[in-house]
Amino acid sequence: MRANCWEGAKHVKVETVPDPQILNSTDCIVKISTTCICGSDLHLFNGFVPTMEHGDIMGHEFMGEVVEVGKNVKKLKTGDRVVVPFPIACGKCYSCKKGMTSLCENSNPNAHIAAAIMGHSPSGVFGYSHMLGGFAGGQAEYARVPFADFGPLKLPDSVTDEQAVMLADIFPTGYMGAEMCDIGPGDTIAVWGCGPVGQFAIASAKLLGAERVIAIDRFPYRLRLARERAGADITINYEETSVMEALRELTGGRGPDGCIDAVGLEAHTPGLVGLYDKAKQSMRWENDRPGALREAIMSVANGRTVSVIGVYSGFIDKFPMGSLTNRSVTIKSGQCHVHRYMQPLLDRIERGEIDPSFVITHQMKLEDAAVGYDIFTHKDDECLKVVLKTGH
Amino acid sequence: MATQQAPNGTRHNGSDGATHRPMTNAPRSWKGAPEHYSETPDWKDGTTKFLGWFSIGLGLAEIFAPRQVAKLVGISDEDEYVGTLRQFGVREIAAGLGILTRPKPTYWLWSRVGGDAIDLAWLTRRLRDSEEDNDSTKLLAAITAVLGVTALDIIQGTKLTSEKLPSTGHDEGSFQVGKGDDGTVRLEAQVTVGASPAECYEFWKNLENLPRVVGHLESVRTLGEGRSHWKAKAPAGLSVEWDAEVIEDRPNEYIAWHALEHEQVDNLGSVTFVPAPGDRGTEIHLEMEYHPRGGAIGARIANLFKKIPQGALMMDLRRFKQLIELGEVVQSDATASRKMPHPAQPNATNELKSELRAQ
Ligand SMILES: NC(=O)c1ccc[n+]([C@@H]2O[C@H](COP(=O)([O-])OP(=O)(O)OC[C@H]3O[C@@H](n4cnc5c(N)ncnc54)[C@H](O)[C@@H]3O)[C@@H](O)[C@H]2O)c1
Ligand SMILES: [Zn+2]
Ligand SMILES: [Zn+2]
Repeated sequence: MRANCWEGAKHVKVETVPDPQILNSTDCIVKISTTCICGSDLHLFNGFVPTMEHGDIMGHEFMGEVVEVGKNVKKLKTGDRVVVPFPIACGKCYSCKKGMTSLCENSNPNAHIAAAIMGHSPSGVFGYSHMLGGFAGGQAEYARVPFADFGPLKLPDSVTDEQAVMLADIFPTGYMGAEMCDIGPGDTIAVWGCGPVGQFAIASAKLLGAERVIAIDRFPYRLRLARERAGADITINYEETSVMEALRELTGGRGPDGCIDAVGLEAHTPGLVGLYDKAKQSMRWENDRPGALREAIMSVANGRTVSVIGVYSGFIDKFPMGSLTNRSVTIKSGQCHVHRYMQPLLDRIERGEIDPSFVITHQMKLEDAAVGYDIFTHKDDECLKVVLKTGH
Repeated sequence: MATQQAPNGTRHNGSDGATHRPMTNAPRSWKGAPEHYSETPDWKDGTTKFLGWFSIGLGLAEIFAPRQVAKLVGISDEDEYVGTLRQFGVREIAAGLGILTRPKPTYWLWSRVGGDAIDLAWLTRRLRDSEEDNDSTKLLAAITAVLGVTALDIIQGTKLTSEKLPSTGHDEGSFQVGKGDDGTVRLEAQVTVGASPAECYEFWKNLENLPRVVGHLESVRTLGEGRSHWKAKAPAGLSVEWDAEVIEDRPNEYIAWHALEHEQVDNLGSVTFVPAPGDRGTEIHLEMEYHPRGGAIGARIANLFKKIPQGALMMDLRRFKQLIELGEVVQSDATASRKMPHPAQPNATNELKSELRAQ
């Protein structure tokens, strides 16, 4: 089959690789119709996530048709149209039973590597480095999907591929980001980053009843989409305006009631502090550039929550711990527990409350994946979300 | 390669000379493990060596002639700065020695970059501090010079790093709990399994099940009356086998065994089952200790066990957890392969591990 492979930092290539096979009795094989490039893939692409190998198949957002099932698969059948959640989860361990599927205790066969880096291991993830399992990803014609009866969600005909594939990651992720803010009446929520994940965090904060959502980025077209499509009430271009001052002014001096970091480890920060982080990151003295996170912590209202859905990989510097303790600020974070959000969010799509395909700006062939990475990473051509079609 | 006599007298043929074959199928410690950086002095090219000697030279100057250095770079030679420069000197010498003595001095090269950053920050602060009696032209020149060296450091560091991404952050060192001077290797790991102590004990009470999860064991055969014959996985040319007996067996709580007295390898092991709080199941504590009994073969055996990374036993227990909670061991495209390391893409059928091919 054809698959998009990582071939070193800033280099991906569609290659011919062996077809996947059933390896465990509860696996299924999915013939992929639609798959996406995610901001998380950019961290791999740009070489910030350790334990990648040449030839690793990328991609964790995909959907398609079940074409083969293992002998212990009970519910799923060949021919079913499914979307696959990006964390791999068994459904039977303690964490899975508690609904924390991105922490599945059984799905990462390389858990010792993750544990060496992070203390303990999270779940395995499709196409996301060897420390998260060494699973082939979904930017391919076919994928092997473990735990077929627990992960993949069967889709009704009424939802399109473009809508459904957003359930694999970014709609649930944005939603979880908003949910972690415990939004109550009158709350103002600020969202750093108007990438696809940020757009869903904005839209979800609205769905969850936020009074006002303030969106922060530097790309005018992303800020415009945040206002026009995701429903942000106010946008701030951080290159033109001091974010903290603006937020203070907009909230009567209190600060936002919830701050969502939808930027992650490649935050761009103007000025000296930005240079400092960039230099340290390039020397691997800190893995991550936490510009947006620092700002979110300093900005949030006393006693409220900073929700971190942007991905960080290792260590950061100049963490404003004092602000946290002295102001009773809570930080919540996580890779999204996608499994628990897929059905309720599918219901919302079916009820017409939201059409998640609004983020898609580019559709191209799987063969053109490298072009997709290029324009997405450079934010060229007003790119927000790239969807790849296999031609199946 | 010569045929080796195994400790218990069985003969094994070291035919393919595969001394570098990983000794266990269990996921190995990542690329940072020492064997990947075996003696290949050629990692260092001229520029790298230059940076090493440059570090030492600069370090010596900073320690023994800090005032001259201060003048040279255009800062006032106040005592405060002299002290700082001396500290910088110590750092430079450490980095220089590291670069020149390590076969693959990736870490030390990056530490040079780090050092450069400190220098730059410090010099820049001097530059901006207008109240100080500093010579800004010289300072600017010094900053430019450091920037130049930083660029070299980054280029060299990147060159070495790009060969193999630093992954776990260790590029040497051990993952084991304890390694005595006498060659004793102690491994331990814990896992919590969602089943009762009785269900977990059921698996371990038959020691023949151990190789199904413990990656460094090839087989365990029970001989009756609490005795068993153990065989550890070893590279071609070396086989390690011993007889052991159960010394304590408290159903659903604890099993302990040790190697018989006359054996060349002294092995001590135990597994403890503790009910976990709430509805969390059972905590399993596995401990294994290997203690070679001397002699040249003993030393080779000791070496063998020393290479078992601590992470391996943790994965062994996680495999046990998978067997109990899921009924099978979970594979990824990378771990299912006989060829290691294997990229995260499907295997051609003949590259799959035999137990998977057999399905
Ligand atoms: N937690 C999860 O489960 C999960 C899932 C998917 C993605 N993610 C992460 O979410 C993050 C965003 O993903 P995406 O697909 O939207 O990527 P993206 O790269 O398109 O979006 C990031 C956005 O942040 C903006 N930005 C950069 N620096 C900023 C700053 N200082 N202040 C405000 N905005 C800033 C960029 O301009 C960009 O628009 C990534 O880190 C990704 O890894 C997390
Ligand atoms: Zn994603
Ligand atoms: Zn699980």
